[in-house]
Amino acid sequence: MTARRLSTGGLIDRTQAVDFSWDGNPLQGFAGDSLAAALLANNQRIVARSFKYHRPRGIMSCGVEESGALVTVGDGDRRDPNVKATTQELYQGLVASGQNAFPNVRFDVGAVNNLFGRFLPAGFYYKTFMGLPPFESGSGTGYWMWCENIIRKAAGMGSASRAPDPDHYEHGHLFCEVLVVGAGPAGISAAIAAAELGLDVLLVEQDALLGGDLLGQSDAQASRDELLKALAASGVRVMNRTTAFGLYDHGAAGLVERVTDHITQPDPNLPRQRFWTVRAQQTIVASGALERHIAFDNNDRPGIMTAAAGRHYLNRYAVLPGQQIVIAGNNDSTQIVAMDMAAAGAEVTLLDARADIGDSTALKDAGVQIRTGTAPLSARGKTLNSIQLARGLPGAWQADEKLDCDALLISGGWSPVVNLISHRGARPQWNADNACFVVPEEFDGVRLAGSAAGVWQTQACEQSGRHAAMQAAKALGKTVSEAPGVSIGGWQTPIEPLYEINTEGRKSKAFVDLQHDVSSDDVRLAYREGYVSVEHLKRYTTLGMATDGGKMGNVIGLALMAEALGKDIPAVGTTTFRPPYTPVAIGALAGRSVSEHFRPLRRTPLHDWNLTQGATMTMAGLWHRPWYFARPGETINEAYIREAATTRSSVGLCDVTSLGKIAVQGPDATEFLNRIYTNPFAKLPIGKARYGIMLRDDGIVMDDGTTWRLSETDYFMTTTTVNAAKVLTWLEELLQTRWPELRVHVTSVSEQWAGCAIAGPKSREVLSACVHQTRAVSNEALPFMGVIETALQGGIPCRIARISFSGEMAFEAYVPSDYGPAMMDLLYPQAALHEGCLYGLEALGTMRIEKGHVTGAELDGRVSIDDAGLGKMASPNKAFIGSVLRQRPELMRSDRPQLVGIFPKDRNATFNVGALLCAADEISGMGEGWITGATHSPELGHWIGLGFIKGGVDAWQSKIAVAADPLRDQQTEVEIVSPHMVDPSGERMHG
Amino acid sequence: MIRIDCPFCGLRDHSEFSYGGDASINYPPLDAPAEQWHDAVFLRENIRGRQLETWQHTSGCRMWLNVERDTVSHEIFAVWPAHRGYGRVLHAEKENTE
Repeated sequence: MTARRLSTGGLIDRTQAVDFSWDGNPLQGFAGDSLAAALLANNQRIVARSFKYHRPRGIMSCGVEESGALVTVGDGDRRDPNVKATTQELYQGLVASGQNAFPNVRFDVGAVNNLFGRFLPAGFYYKTFMGLPPFESGSGTGYWMWCENIIRKAAGMGSASRAPDPDHYEHGHLFCEVLVVGAGPAGISAAIAAAELGLDVLLVEQDALLGGDLLGQSDAQASRDELLKALAASGVRVMNRTTAFGLYDHGAAGLVERVTDHITQPDPNLPRQRFWTVRAQQTIVASGALERHIAFDNNDRPGIMTAAAGRHYLNRYAVLPGQQIVIAGNNDSTQIVAMDMAAAGAEVTLLDARADIGDSTALKDAGVQIRTGTAPLSARGKTLNSIQLARGLPGAWQADEKLDCDALLISGGWSPVVNLISHRGARPQWNADNACFVVPEEFDGVRLAGSAAGVWQTQACEQSGRHAAMQAAKALGKTVSEAPGVSIGGWQTPIEPLYEINTEGRKSKAFVDLQHDVSSDDVRLAYREGYVSVEHLKRYTTLGMATDGGKMGNVIGLALMAEALGKDIPAVGTTTFRPPYTPVAIGALAGRSVSEHFRPLRRTPLHDWNLTQGATMTMAGLWHRPWYFARPGETINEAYIREAATTRSSVGLCDVTSLGKIAVQGPDATEFLNRIYTNPFAKLPIGKARYGIMLRDDGIVMDDGTTWRLSETDYFMTTTTVNAAKVLTWLEELLQTRWPELRVHVTSVSEQWAGCAIAGPKSREVLSACVHQTRAVSNEALPFMGVIETALQGGIPCRIARISFSGEMAFEAYVPSDYGPAMMDLLYPQAALHEGCLYGLEALGTMRIEKGHVTGAELDGRVSIDDAGLGKMASPNKAFIGSVLRQRPELMRSDRPQLVGIFPKDRNATFNVGALLCAADEISGMGEGWITGATHSPELGHWIGLGFIKGGVDAWQSKIAVAADPLRDQQTEVEIVSPHMVDPSGERMHG
Repeated sequence: MIRIDCPFCGLRDHSEFSYGGDASINYPPLDAPAEQWHDAVFLRENIRGRQLETWQHTSGCRMWLNVERDTVSHEIFAVWPAHRGYGRVLHAEKENTE
């Protein structure tokens, strides 16, 4: 051997030598090479080891269907495993290595698996290690998982880098009237024809070069140039190195564009790949056809590849795959390959399983030896050095003589690439005349053209592309002249199905799915064990589940199963093709939505102001909110306890901007609020606020908040931070779908207002020093639940309500967002005069837990208004959303979990949020309840919590419960108390 | 990805919309008997084929829309505003401009 680079020909640039590294060895190729072509030109025959048996593998194709030459490209944090060497463009400095082998692919100790191959059939691992005595009773799974760990290491593929991906990826969007997938003869012809009809056309091609099959033809250079010239003149948008990996509903397509994977030192500003979403009105799929392999003994030996691949390497890359070349097949497509190989100087023997191959004068003239009715029975050598022939008898094969060769090119027939149209739901149909699956020409705006439609000859493919373009134009309302369609097929002598070659009783290792080491015996084993459905066959043997998605092996597997069942292939069916057509990097799917851009970040207008005051921030949903304001040397615990204590004794200020705020306006606003809140709103006076709870239709609590009446027709509603969007959507749904007669507008004003809570006994003094007119916030002017619209000093417009979440006398003041920092600059110095402080979410939480005020932690979508202890707020005198279904018997049971306060029995003890509340004598299972909030209470001087427990306080009057935290192995005895743990009568709030 | 022709904004990706629910449900009056509310809230057909559903153009005009869609093929047959008044205004507006 024997593969070698020719001194002339091909589409490579011999003036540009390219250095690359293979398994640590420096090698050289040319610009225009694929990695596979360069390896072949350097006569590297073994480039990989197989998945299960560690069998040596070589290059078997020239494209995305590759199942042999899977390699690792790049190193360090750019190490990319399982790259098909056939699709990787060569570039200066490329580093590639073999994988799944130790110490290397040429000598691999794991190959010992191959000797025991007969002990490792399909399902071997499951049968052997799952439920193995004495582990089978119950714990089999655990044992299996332990074994699986080791098995995975032995059977596997390349390993990805563990380091963060240093590259970035982008997302883009495209629109077109016609999307054409594949720039072969059919695709280019379709694109030109559509553009000539005035349509906006996008043509995408996964290869770096346009031309498809023309690239592999010896005499197509002129016609390719002509097509490309016409394409350039047509105004078609062309994207190369771009794979259409999936087609989706309503004309959407997913593309991955490889921007820098072929460049040595890319511009750091370029993304590695771009993920494009295309919306096309019509789609033409001209994705070509893939040549099939044939199952025979050792059909995976390095030196064996598809016939078209051999021709492609010769004509595109000027690499002759061998000197003594045998070409074996069952259809006409091998003949031109044989003539090209002979013309390049190889000694060529053509085997054809058919008895009749038509006129063979040209072949003989080219010096090709022809053997009809003959096929390879077995390949010899670790890398191919000879084959044993088989002679066809009626219904059987008979071993024949041995033939020396260093390359074997196979054609088992052609499978149209119907993957993309199948993504849309089209069902492939078996076409017996052409021994392949085909799909109806049109399916929901997607059309096939060229060999993807089962059309074999180049001229016919071009015609088929033009026809598809006419049909697409017609569907888009263009008037077109009728172009004649092209019928499926095009062989001169009919193809004869050929999936496996063996003689009666002969042991063989014949692979169907090479990437997953699934052999023809495995398929028959699956049949014998009852896995006769295609879907079961696939899952039991893993046939077609490797990174090539069964592009080469699926049809053989189906044919063998059909034979075992004694049925036809159509009766066995085909598996469903799903996106992606070829693997897509997770990074491309994620695009820019990584690390800090993984989700949006929301900041309040007071964000910078809070930071200058020393806030430590935390995430609350998407919001960044102050967590606590530590003084020098303070821990978080010391800080929040000080903040809460200061607020209760003097005054504290807190950024509450993140609360949802909705303007509810219109003549029927009052009626609307009265229908959505459980408590009466019909008589809320202007200048007053009311705390309200809204339920869902099913009677479960949805959200709570205060709503302020500003005028006859104008309300200002606040929601919890997390439910702001949900509540707005709900109000819009009610107004637009259920109560269109109500004249009400709802508008989100969350971003318009910056909010600050001023809480504590000194809060009024602080506020009165900041407002334009001191009287405005007097007890008379602004009683508990009062609302005023006024101005702060300097004329800052401001709306203030006297409402309290902390349980102290408190106000919430809102100013237009841009005035937020100015408001804080007024309030904070006044608070400081009273030794007041800023407080964050932690102290806020402490104070609300002390008061038993509920938040999203309690209102978790399972809680009724009675469970939350707020049953009194459900008016018995009016109907409201949820008023009927909240009274379902199950929701009215007195033993439902109800909101309670929790004290540790030993006041020095603590417990965690999330702990289960159990009866002291039965600490197991889901317990009797759970804890939703826990904190140190500065007011009470010990740890407290909020939670739910069956039957509520009444049922646990004199009983001790246990807060069980099995994750942290902690158990704390607790007392169940009223949730109103501090100032239950609310004197401070009203004071 | 399915695409919805919003009567207010035009053809948009479904990612701009939020699915609502069954548009064929007539919700009973707030004080209707529990049986009626039970049926309206909990009983749903699992339709294979044409289905009436609501969607909201949440990242667009925020209008609630009625959509008639095939649950198998995702083909959309019609889209119109859920609010009849808006529908009438839109219709009149279109007639005026034509």
